[in-house]
Amino acid sequence: MPGKLKVKIVAGRHLPVMDRASDLTDAFVEVKFGNTTFKTDVYLKSLNPQWNSEWFKFEVDDEDLQDEPLQITVLDHDTYSANDAIGKVYIDIDPLLYSEAATVISGWFPIYDTIHGIRGEINVVVKVDLFNDLNRFRQSSCGVKFFCTTSIPKCYRAVIIHGFVEELVVNEDPEYQWIDRIRTPRASNEARQRLISLMSGELQRKIGLKVLEMRGNAVVGYLQCFDLEGESGLVVRAIGTACTLDKLSSPAAFLPACNSPSKEMKEIPFNEDPNPNTHSSGPSTPLKNQTYSFSPSKSYSRQSSSSDTDLSLTPKTGMGSGSAGKEGGPFKALLRQQTQSALEQREFPFFTLTAFPPGFLVHVGGVVSARSVKLLDRIHNPDEPETRDAWWAEIRQEIKSHAKALGCHAVVGYSESTSICEEVCILSASGTAAVLNPRFLQDGTVEGCLEQRLEENLSIRCGFCHIPYDELNMPFPAHLTYCYNCRKQKVPDVLFTTIDLPTDATVIGKGCLIQARLCRLKKKAQAEANATAISNLLPFMEYEVHTQLMNKLKLKGMNALFGLRIQITVGENMLMGLASATGVYLAALPTPGGIQIAGKTPNDGSYEQHISHMQKKINDTIAKNKELYEINPPEISEEIIGSPIPEPRQRSRLLRSQSESSDEVTELDLSHGKKDAFVLEIDDTDAMEDVHSLLTDVPPPSGFYSCNTEIMPGINNWTSEIQMFTSVRVIRLSSLNLTNQALNKNFNDLCENLLKSLYFKLRSMIPCCLCHVNFTVSLPEDELIQVTVTAVAITFDKNQALQTTKTPVEKSLQRASTDNEELLQFPLELCSDSLPSHPFPPVKEHLESASSNSGIPAAQRATSVDYSSFADRCSSWIELIKLKAQTIRRGSIKTTVTVEKASPVGDGNFRNRSAPPCANSTVGVVKMTPLSFIPGAKITKYLGIINMFFIRETTSLREEGGVSGFLHAFIAEVFAMVRAHVAALGGNAVVSYIMKQCVFMENPNKNQAQCLINVSGDAVVFVRESDLEVVSSQQPTTNCQSSCTEGEVTT
Amino acid sequence: MTSELDIFVGNTTLIDEDVYRLWLDGYSVTDAVALRVRSGILEQTGATAAVLQSDTMDHYRTFHMLERLLHIPPSRQALLIERYPGPARPPFLSFVGGYYAFDEAFVREVLGKKLSKGTKKDLDDISTKTGITLKSCRRQFDNFKRVFKVVEEMRGSLVDNIQQHFLLSDRLARDYAAIVFFANNRFETGKKKLQYLSFGDFAFCAELMIQNWTLGAVGEAPIDPDSQMDDMDMDLDKEFLQDLKELKVLVADKDLLDLHKSLVCTALRGKLGVFSEMEANFKNLSRGLVNVAAKLTHNKDVRDLFVDLVEKFVEPCRSDHWPLSDVRFFLNQYSASVHSLDGFRHQALWDRYMGTLRGCLLRLYHD
Repeated sequence: MPGKLKVKIVAGRHLPVMDRASDLTDAFVEVKFGNTTFKTDVYLKSLNPQWNSEWFKFEVDDEDLQDEPLQITVLDHDTYSANDAIGKVYIDIDPLLYSEAATVISGWFPIYDTIHGIRGEINVVVKVDLFNDLNRFRQSSCGVKFFCTTSIPKCYRAVIIHGFVEELVVNEDPEYQWIDRIRTPRASNEARQRLISLMSGELQRKIGLKVLEMRGNAVVGYLQCFDLEGESGLVVRAIGTACTLDKLSSPAAFLPACNSPSKEMKEIPFNEDPNPNTHSSGPSTPLKNQTYSFSPSKSYSRQSSSSDTDLSLTPKTGMGSGSAGKEGGPFKALLRQQTQSALEQREFPFFTLTAFPPGFLVHVGGVVSARSVKLLDRIHNPDEPETRDAWWAEIRQEIKSHAKALGCHAVVGYSESTSICEEVCILSASGTAAVLNPRFLQDGTVEGCLEQRLEENLSIRCGFCHIPYDELNMPFPAHLTYCYNCRKQKVPDVLFTTIDLPTDATVIGKGCLIQARLCRLKKKAQAEANATAISNLLPFMEYEVHTQLMNKLKLKGMNALFGLRIQITVGENMLMGLASATGVYLAALPTPGGIQIAGKTPNDGSYEQHISHMQKKINDTIAKNKELYEINPPEISEEIIGSPIPEPRQRSRLLRSQSESSDEVTELDLSHGKKDAFVLEIDDTDAMEDVHSLLTDVPPPSGFYSCNTEIMPGINNWTSEIQMFTSVRVIRLSSLNLTNQALNKNFNDLCENLLKSLYFKLRSMIPCCLCHVNFTVSLPEDELIQVTVTAVAITFDKNQALQTTKTPVEKSLQRASTDNEELLQFPLELCSDSLPSHPFPPVKEHLESASSNSGIPAAQRATSVDYSSFADRCSSWIELIKLKAQTIRRGSIKTTVTVEKASPVGDGNFRNRSAPPCANSTVGVVKMTPLSFIPGAKITKYLGIINMFFIRETTSLREEGGVSGFLHAFIAEVFAMVRAHVAALGGNAVVSYIMKQCVFMENPNKNQAQCLINVSGDAVVFVRESDLEVVSSQQPTTNCQSSCTEGEVTT
Repeated sequence: MTSELDIFVGNTTLIDEDVYRLWLDGYSVTDAVALRVRSGILEQTGATAAVLQSDTMDHYRTFHMLERLLHIPPSRQALLIERYPGPARPPFLSFVGGYYAFDEAFVREVLGKKLSKGTKKDLDDISTKTGITLKSCRRQFDNFKRVFKVVEEMRGSLVDNIQQHFLLSDRLARDYAAIVFFANNRFETGKKKLQYLSFGDFAFCAELMIQNWTLGAVGEAPIDPDSQMDDMDMDLDKEFLQDLKELKVLVADKDLLDLHKSLVCTALRGKLGVFSEMEANFKNLSRGLVNVAAKLTHNKDVRDLFVDLVEKFVEPCRSDHWPLSDVRFFLNQYSASVHSLDGFRHQALWDRYMGTLRGCLLRLYHD
């Protein structure tokens, strides 16, 4: 008996009137866990009963503790007939099962009924006594912490990031069982809610077991989804990233880590890559990839051979790339070798995280995605969900091979989704191919960590942009240039990723939300034929979505997409594609070219005129957008005196010129020597539509920004005012004249109007930014399109924001003044420093040269490069890498010092942490946000995961205000219940809140509607920074320390 | 393409003051959109008509839902406060305040009327007469009725009860207390000769009467709650009304009346601009005031209290062009000199009656 669950029912309030005669209620409560049920006494004639029950004790296995929800039913006692149910409360007791989280659940829970909604509240106290059980063969996984947050939670440090965990469980859907014909809708809904609760618990337990097997203690980026497969059953599946987390004792100490979940990414040009099956280009698979796939783990000979390969290849690409190879090649190879071995034993080197500890991400290859269309069949044996497992395994395998094709050994920002219509199901998976730093992937000794730290510091801020694949054997055609930041490594011209923007990435201007929207009609068909039709359409949709994204990105004058999420939804007679991402201008990537429109019938004068008119409009829009998003890249980027790469640059330019469509293109923007314009050919009406639709996207009104990542690049001064919201829209298409164009227009209008409405509604919050904008499309019926948006509006201080944007420039100017000669020593010294925000040598070099060379026309490119000095430098770099091993010891001593320095601060904070609870009690309202943080506040404790599933049904739709009134009330109730559960855990906020599912079905003729909502998030305790005077007074000290260290390093 | 469903649910409820005003005033969504367009909001914000339509609909629905919250039984009113904790409370309270606010023109029409179905049927006429939309009239009427029903059953201070249970501001709660008090005692306010009086005038009188003439005013807490049939603050003190008959002696006893007159006249001689008129009218005025008191045992006469006061006192004085200061001098002296009447034994009763009446009369005495 490893656990004793104790429950006390204290009181109820605001109960509904159940006895019309007396206008009162005779309430009692049933408490059920597993198969055991207790009852309270009946409290006669009151709407505010005081039961004050004894402690009901359940002695249960910890396995059951994890699986089963505590089920509390409030009933009205009736002497003559059956007792009437008032409503239920399901309490997930999982948060009580790990030591650091909540110790007691106590509070007022809304009593929920699937037909009537919330009906009063009940005060419950729940405790768990766990007995230690070290049985190795146990089936439970108590103690594994779960986080929805897709970054390392704020008050933890990642010791090891183990990798991907997944699990799925299947069952029959109670709604489709024969018994459903004879039971009430309420009974059916409750059966479903209970089943899903049970399945979630089981799933979480099984995932926990896998984590324990991997020797982890937590799951981060936990994403659980339901597939309502109808007749064929109910699938609950989850993915996550297993980690070993260390609780940070002092909030201040982990400050840097939490504010800069840095990660890096690389992009692949998608315009040339319509099909995610890039690996199919077998012949062009880079040599490196092959090396990796067959390399035995930890073979040092292998390591040298791969670096040899690099070196031997590089001469062919000219001096510049050769030097790049020399400098980066061996190091990269070494890095890869290590990472490789760390990832080798993993079936799927996937990570659901979207933000990472500094230095974790080395390079980013680009987005990889895979989809597969499946026909659902009845799950015959729920205990053996092999089919579904096999489906996902297939997809993941494909993702893995795509990543390999991009020269990457891992996939980050990984997610999976499904879209189901009748018996057809589209499974989708996507992520970002990446090269990771092995530091976090192995059992890290102190030495290991230090070593990694060194490496991390070698890979500079722009590092994540550098291509991980071999430029000679690119998996797809792409334009490579030298990094605009370090000038040493190649970068692609655009970068698409599914992760958040690394906080240390240099971004110019602000970002914006970019969406591609697409509909395709499809014939109604059955089974196989239907699945085939969908499979045939998918590649075209992907291609168009990518083209649209690329066009819109260029139109915004930006060069990278973060947080890309492409959703393909299947309906009876159409497919919908919606891609959302946040566009930014990465300083390391080349300036995007313009969009060039080319007509196909050159002889028609008016047509020409039309084309040139459009061209002008597009050019104007680009110029306007650049101004709007403050994109003013430094003009000097072409001109770096002392840079060793001009020659290769020129060469690459020559090569590229072949792909340029005309000379005019270069004329478009004279400030940059090389420029690829993106050519749009208008050869038919479809293309015309495309161009028009490009121009229909209206930018948000002034004072508004929007993004689908956690925060907006370029805005730092968030105030604490946040407003989370959910908006749902359903439109009915007129069934007449449904063409692709009309459909596209409708869909486009729907999304645009929705955004406009949001801006209008929130206009009182200006200046503000809509963050984490999450669109979900579903096709509930033939002619219905449903779009659900969840986001948070955060206000920011405009004046301060301006100041801070200046600061980095000032800082870098200061840095630029340091001597170039210091550069080589810098990385060595850096190993003693734990802060990621260091001036990185190449940045300095770049900026310095930038400042000295501004104004020199690109044409006067200086070719007087001192090659000998460069060669020296290269060799020193190699030396440096060799030296690294020796410097480890030195570094370890320094690091210890840093830790000691930090500890007094930690103690101080610790003392202060006793204060927050009192402050918390005064904070009434539970905050909700889809972000992983709360502006102006510190998260001091994670209390556990909130994962709730509700069904609401009505047979009096009109009386409840129609569909809108019904759904509005339901969502408001869901918010209320989430808040109540968080408050009962002792929390005052829920972060990483997400509404994963909102399935709405209506039958207005019968006056009925039903809705299913699934939400999740992390319950936390936060403390306002203003409440932490002592801590804040200490923070400057920390900063001071770090800047001192910085000073030492740079001088 | 038609919109089937369109909602926006925030973590905290956003209330647009302008739309709320339009909703309270009973405009339909279409009218409200038209009015908002006219206000120039589209130009200010660059929004489209469709956006405005959607926003207005959404707000109307939100108000409608909040309205239902406001209508839940009083025993659960506390829920309201709990649902809107922290920073959400002030906006919510202003929402409630807005909902319970009423139009002066409307309240003047129904003041003192029975808050019943019968009166509700007249709302059509009131709407036409006052130009207030029928919807708005209904809301205001239902508010009066709701508050009435809730506090009817309660004991303790009327104002406090209203404030607590309906989350109203002090000012609004006082107004509602007056409305409830008038409705409960059915004071006639609609007669033509009372038309010159504003709601404020009546509310002022109601407050004085609640403070002095009700059971709650005496401050004696009933020992046995069951025996206490009357509401402390809403009903006039029956015993007190009964006792008022005793005052009749002031006019019935000729000696006493003469003595009273001479006392007043002596005191006021030379101080009053309208002394001669006062002297001539003293007996009529005094008879009027005392007879009003003596008649208050009958419900019918209670209802006509204000009509009587205007007829018997305000109008005679006004026709003789008494300035307000003279009225004040006279009333002060009139009530004070009773203390010097040796044969009169009901001094306390007289003070309780005249104290309030003097305040009321001074307020009622204007054009």
